[in-house]
Amino acid sequence: MNQLIRFERVTCRYGIEPVLVNVDLVVSEGDFVGIVGPSGSGKTTLLRAIAGVVKPIAGRIVRDRAATIGYVPQVETVNWYFPVTVREAVLMSRIDGRVFPWASKRDLHDADDVLDRLGIGNLGDRHIRELSGGQQQRVFVARAMLRRPKLLLMDEPTSGVDVRTRHDVMHLIHELHHDGLAVVLTTHDLNGIAAHLPQLVCLNREVIATGRPQEVITPEVLERTYGAPLEVLSHGGMPVVVEHYPEVEEIERKVVPLREGHHGHPA
Amino acid sequence: MDTLLEPFRYEFFRNGIAVATLSGALCGLVGVYVVLRGMSYIGHGLSHAIFGGAVASFALGFSFYLGAGLWGLVSAILILLIARRRSIGADAAIGVVTTASFAVGVVIISVIGSFTRNVESVLFGNVLGVDMADVLVVAGVTLVAGAVVALRYRQLLFTTFDPEVADVSGVSTARMDVLLALLLTALITVCMSVLGVTLIAAMLVIPPVIGRLLTDSFHRMLWISVAVGMFCGFVGVYLSYYLDWASGPAVVLTAASMFVLAYVFAAVRRRRLPEAALDAHVG
Repeated sequence: MNQLIRFERVTCRYGIEPVLVNVDLVVSEGDFVGIVGPSGSGKTTLLRAIAGVVKPIAGRIVRDRAATIGYVPQVETVNWYFPVTVREAVLMSRIDGRVFPWASKRDLHDADDVLDRLGIGNLGDRHIRELSGGQQQRVFVARAMLRRPKLLLMDEPTSGVDVRTRHDVMHLIHELHHDGLAVVLTTHDLNGIAAHLPQLVCLNREVIATGRPQEVITPEVLERTYGAPLEVLSHGGMPVVVEHYPEVEEIERKVVPLREGHHGHPA
Repeated sequence: MDTLLEPFRYEFFRNGIAVATLSGALCGLVGVYVVLRGMSYIGHGLSHAIFGGAVASFALGFSFYLGAGLWGLVSAILILLIARRRSIGADAAIGVVTTASFAVGVVIISVIGSFTRNVESVLFGNVLGVDMADVLVVAGVTLVAGAVVALRYRQLLFTTFDPEVADVSGVSTARMDVLLALLLTALITVCMSVLGVTLIAAMLVIPPVIGRLLTDSFHRMLWISVAVGMFCGFVGVYLSYYLDWASGPAVVLTAASMFVLAYVFAAVRRRRLPEAALDAHVG
């Protein structure tokens, strides 16, 4: 498979603080990669470096110049009160070689085409705030798709959405991947998202591990990534991360005997 | 009919109403980007900053437009640069740069010792004192601003709505910021003698806000804002002739009245639309 992007010992920083250190990464056509790691581990910076917005201070990023990149931001960062209709939001990304401000027939056709494909073709004239969570995510996927990308970058595509919307969004992303699009996404959701992806990168400023979920979702790798012990079970061949909350467990330890004592001595 | 057309017999009135209408269009156009970026205060601040440049130009005998324009451009770029640092924010950046610049103007006045008539018109505006050259300058800046917005429509929209993704998608957001700073500086410099330092901010903010109240579409907001700005400029100056009010405040009060009407209209419309909104959210 043709390589779309290759990181060779890439280091990036904001101000004086390094955010990514000696990162090696290859994304090829047809790849589907999830990036996991704690908050502040450099996940979004890695996406932005792939997109070419963040420049490395050391190392090298080799990219296929012909490969267009589409970027889908976290929906939580979107200003939902901004006056744009769905069609206007999608058409924003059609910025190449257009002199006039109004959309050409071809622009409109392409925008409606991609909206149809994503199942929101009837919502073009709606304001973006008037949509459900899954539809809102689709608007920004549509905006990225209008650039006809080979590589789709998605920053936390399922953060802040309910379980049903998460399922819808992941179904959509898998469909796009099946159509030949390479996808790189970041996620905090180890069980609901990461465990179901073909390839994972565990990141905490540096790459801790890469591979299939079964290979990298292990107690050792997770402890090195998150800096805390995490228990991993296996369910139907898939890894399941068990989260422990010591404070809650401590309270439960105190409360349960009290309850048992209460039931043991009825009034 | 003759009574209604009476003021148009005077050249000073024709010039004044033309320049006010053009200024309204210009403020309505550029103001949309200012309001949607959450930088409504920049018009107020920058007009004060440019006041420093205007006073310095008078004191040193430079061209008003050149001195005030350059001063304003440097102030606008400084604001945008400082505002990029998230720990400071746009409002604080505007506060620091513009008050310092205004203070320079006040110091120069205190050294010179007195106001001149020109400085008074910069502060409070004198729309009926403009000549054909002023009309042409405002018309030129309005045309250039219209052309810039038309040619960079999507880039400016993308940068205003979602600067991070615009950057990723190949839009030079830094260039768009500088372009907006240039437009804003040119606007304030040429509108200063019409509306005055103290009232430009109102015309930068009120027409776009009316547009926002009336539509959820960006391009419609842009058109409404320009139309409202033109209407307020024209009607405000026209009323000021008959009511014998200062023209700048008459323009702004016309805009404020339109805002009240738009606000009520939007509130009534919102009450009538709850079912449609509910349907939309169910999808």
